[in-house]
Amino acid sequence: MTDATQPIAAARPDRRRAAKLLFGATIVLFCAWVLVPIYLLAVNTLSSPEEVTGFPKRFFPSFDLASMRFFIEFAGVGRALWNSIMTASITMVLAVLIGAPAGYALSRFDFPGKNLFRVLVLMTRAFPLPLLALPLAVMFIRVGLDDTVFGLALVHTTLALPFAVLITFSLFSGVPIELEEAAWTLGCTRLGAFRKVVMPLVMPGLAASAVFAFVISWNEVFAAAVLTIKNRTLTAFLLQSLDVSPLPLKFAGGAVLVIPALIFIFAVRKYLFAMWGIANR
Amino acid sequence: MSQKALPYLLLLPATAFLCVFFLYPFALVAVEAFTGPNGPTLDHFQNMIGYWKFPTTFWNTVLLAAAVVPVQTVMALGMASVVAKMEKGRSAVLYILTIPLGISDLAAGIIWLAIFDQSGFLNSILHSFGLVSQPVMFLGYQNKAVIFLAVALAEIWRATAIMLVIIVAGMGLIPKEYYEAAEVFGASPWQRFIKVTLPLLRPSLQTALILRTILAFEVFAVVAALGGTNLPVLMGETYNWQFNLQDHNVAAAYALVILAISIGFTLFFLRTLRVPREAQI
Repeated sequence: MTDATQPIAAARPDRRRAAKLLFGATIVLFCAWVLVPIYLLAVNTLSSPEEVTGFPKRFFPSFDLASMRFFIEFAGVGRALWNSIMTASITMVLAVLIGAPAGYALSRFDFPGKNLFRVLVLMTRAFPLPLLALPLAVMFIRVGLDDTVFGLALVHTTLALPFAVLITFSLFSGVPIELEEAAWTLGCTRLGAFRKVVMPLVMPGLAASAVFAFVISWNEVFAAAVLTIKNRTLTAFLLQSLDVSPLPLKFAGGAVLVIPALIFIFAVRKYLFAMWGIANR
Repeated sequence: MSQKALPYLLLLPATAFLCVFFLYPFALVAVEAFTGPNGPTLDHFQNMIGYWKFPTTFWNTVLLAAAVVPVQTVMALGMASVVAKMEKGRSAVLYILTIPLGISDLAAGIIWLAIFDQSGFLNSILHSFGLVSQPVMFLGYQNKAVIFLAVALAEIWRATAIMLVIIVAGMGLIPKEYYEAAEVFGASPWQRFIKVTLPLLRPSLQTALILRTILAFEVFAVVAALGGTNLPVLMGETYNWQFNLQDHNVAAAYALVILAISIGFTLFFLRTLRVPREAQI
């Protein structure tokens, strides 16, 4: 440090500028850390299969869609993609339909046993939930749900349900009960007041929690790989063909997994922090 | 319908669902791990521990968690502190930093495969600097340390976002007055971080650490994509016993080991980062 030899007044702005520069550089570095790997996957996906396996690599895509075409036309991919979408959609619907009433009850009523239910929901956090697939695989064979999209969606709902309950709890807590009470005094039934007053207010948040449930299911690998054999989801398909599939297939598959994630996180970004702020409690 | 019954009615679907698909299956796993053809037995655990791969598997998983979780905690705290100071572009940077939250662990593994693969980008960079003449096989079985490093990097890359979201949400709950008071008393930024932010962030840190540690012991698809069978981990071995070795009892024993570790760490963090009721904000 040469600070001691310089007049302090001259050193200050310099220092402040250096601090500002360092601050900016840190932000750029953090963003690059997240974005560069995704960019590299994009380069691989948008290059021809020969370029993907070739060496040395170029750092810019040639915008050749052969890798992507190869992936889409690969046997089983279309089916797996469809299964993934179906599983995630069913999970989304189930998680919101089952979770929202519970969230509403937690936010509006005080009743004996409330804490017991909260403990049950929080307990799911201490458990490695994908392992549920092991016993359920046996259970599903017994009831004829083995290797079905619906069976897998049930497991994924278990993963998504605690989130749905906590998120909807915070959403309903954000709507003052006075609004509902006003509707009651004006002659609405409890259900009517809920539909006409509460629903419109929580709709965007409810959609965000639905999207969140969709992403949880879309991304899940372990349970999907354990529970599906013929009806594989995209993650299960990619996992089980890791050893045998050529590189371009893996990278294109990875990209197809990532794209919805990018869109969905963008769609729910406003709710992400509110969600976790409440989920802390 | 009586008012008293309503909350229970609303909770019924969620409770029933969690009982059938969460509590009951975990009871089944426990039963399966401890029963043999002739009643209760510890044979499955002996089989599991006696298998030559078990010690490596166990320590790989523990070391990975020990390497990944502290780095992520520090990084998430760093990111959150930097973002908190931003004036412009805050939401854009937050969106970028939370992108990995929506990315599946399998996709994350594939993304880092694009970098570490023999024809990958790391080799291309080294080549362009003239550091290697031939592409190096980083992820081969002779290079276990590199596989470990690649998996750790991919895990850090993918799952720091979840801690970040929880910590940013937690920082938002800290009253500004605390910082102003600290500044009045001449606390440096570092002192403010250590004396104000960290202590008040304890509930969020607790949640983040519990969640992340449990997920770290569930590491599976990242390893499958990058290391194959060269770096066995607990979840991967569970899958292996369930499918390739077709011994569901030993798979259940593995599941119980993961479960025990998860519950152990949850209790540990609940105790060590406990916030007394009167100290909550």
